[in-house]
Amino acid sequence: MRLNVGWFSFTCCEDSTIVFIELMNEKYFEWKKLINFKYFRTLKSNNSLNDLDIAFVEGAISNKKEEESLKNIRVNCKKLVAIGSCACTGSPANQRNFFDQVTKNEIQFILDRFDNRELVSPLSDLVKVDDYISGCPMDEKLFLTKLNQYLKEFEIVNA
Amino acid sequence: MHDNIDINIEQLSKTEGHADLQVKVRNGKVEDVKLKISENKRFYTQAVRRRHYSSIPQFVSRICGTCSIAHLTCSIKAVEKCFRIQPSEQTQLLRKLSVYGMMIRDHALHLYFFCLPDIFVKDSIFDFDESKEYLVKQAFVVKGVGNNLSKVIAGRAVHPPFQKIGYFSHIPSPESINEILNQLKTTREYVFELIEIFYKSDFNFTRETNFISLVSDDYSFLEGSILTSTGLNVNEEDFWNYLERIIIPYSQATGFRFSAKEYMVGALARMNLSNNKLCSVSKKNLSKYLRIFPSNNIYHNNLAQAIEILHCIDHSIQLLEESDFKSEPPPKITLKGEGRGVGVIEAPRGTLYHHLDIDKDSKVTYANFVIPTAQNQIKMENDIRLLLPRILNKTKHEIHHELEKVIRAYDPCMSCASHFLKLKWI
Repeated sequence: MRLNVGWFSFTCCEDSTIVFIELMNEKYFEWKKLINFKYFRTLKSNNSLNDLDIAFVEGAISNKKEEESLKNIRVNCKKLVAIGSCACTGSPANQRNFFDQVTKNEIQFILDRFDNRELVSPLSDLVKVDDYISGCPMDEKLFLTKLNQYLKEFEIVNA
Repeated sequence: MHDNIDINIEQLSKTEGHADLQVKVRNGKVEDVKLKISENKRFYTQAVRRRHYSSIPQFVSRICGTCSIAHLTCSIKAVEKCFRIQPSEQTQLLRKLSVYGMMIRDHALHLYFFCLPDIFVKDSIFDFDESKEYLVKQAFVVKGVGNNLSKVIAGRAVHPPFQKIGYFSHIPSPESINEILNQLKTTREYVFELIEIFYKSDFNFTRETNFISLVSDDYSFLEGSILTSTGLNVNEEDFWNYLERIIIPYSQATGFRFSAKEYMVGALARMNLSNNKLCSVSKKNLSKYLRIFPSNNIYHNNLAQAIEILHCIDHSIQLLEESDFKSEPPPKITLKGEGRGVGVIEAPRGTLYHHLDIDKDSKVTYANFVIPTAQNQIKMENDIRLLLPRILNKTKHEIHHELEKVIRAYDPCMSCASHFLKLKWI
């Protein structure tokens, strides 16, 4: 039995995705036996949302499409983990929230054109978030500690 | 043969960031092609305004995770130009090594993880069977050596902390240099295997292209003049004068024309315009492969990337073996009132341009960023338009795959390409 994992990214620079892929340099062959990557658009074309144990979600939510996708991920996973600063706190992807009115007016037509939300939000404003791995990019050591914890929690390895 | 076909690809896979592709063919004729970079803007052009210059390089590093060293380095260069800071020889050398680490890691990610599955007709590197497992192992070793080189030199591969305006805050220890030298030397043989794979690949989509890149004497991505296939030689500061920003209403990124025409930046442009500048150690072993260039086949962009990995490894070995790093103090920055600085470097995906205007209070008043993937956007879309009629005899699934494959050959980075806003769209 393997842990069914999805890795998702929304509005952000995808730095934690890169850190995660770099962690694979040392960990891939160990993880291969323990983790089934069911959704990882950065690395594969055939992706599935079915029966996810854990959804790791990077990035903040800036438009309605992302909002719907996030809610869909939530109902398809047992545990949703916010990855990196933008997912955990909204920043720095949410910098437009703090623009002055003149600058807000300058960008409004883009927000309208792409059906953006009024504010860019961290994940927890929209769905229940079960855990947080913060940092810009995410803290590697914390991620490894948490992943080992989840592998035990889902009984993939012995506690 | 399809007379009528609609293909909508939501979220192209195995690329950096998000993009969609929509095509429409009627009566055998391509009626519509839309490459939509769907990455949501984060408005860095606006967000840097009124920020103190000293915070800008680390701030704009957050434009992109995988190219963060490129944005950091380009921004530092723009600030240094503004304040007429001349970095020491050691700082310039460390910057080259930092950028080499990024190139090795970033190109390896693209070639092994995004392109090799296309060559071996697999969905992903996860699906490689035992006969190809050695390539998976090599992928992690090559990517890992780039990652480690950036860590040793700049502190981290993503948003590295040691690289500062005018200097490096930490100097690598002799032990860490020896360790990374060993890793670099043992990785070379794997890169030759990678080069051979892309050399042998029969993927081909060829059309006349104007290639543009910053060309330096030692192929170090960081200095020199901007050259074009049409024979122009442009100063870094003048690059913007040749560019025309093109509004693409359905894409979150704007496109560009150079002298009113489509063009391409990236590894293929660099290899076409300056392969004679590659490290001599690499060149000695590459004559068979270098004869391919100049090439207009977009898939040779991937061969060029593989060759660049070898160059970055060989030049890093040379620079590290000759190195004697000593701690250097930060430069004294004399504020000279208002200033303007332009930084141009070669990022993994091509020419990157950062322009900053800074006022007498040391705050940014204006910024302009020109991103490689945005510059290639018009050519990518036109390639799809021209490729489609040639592949209409294939199944819908095969057409879908061919379209994704040609876009992947460019190694586009959608995270970088959006996030800027300069003109109001009509």
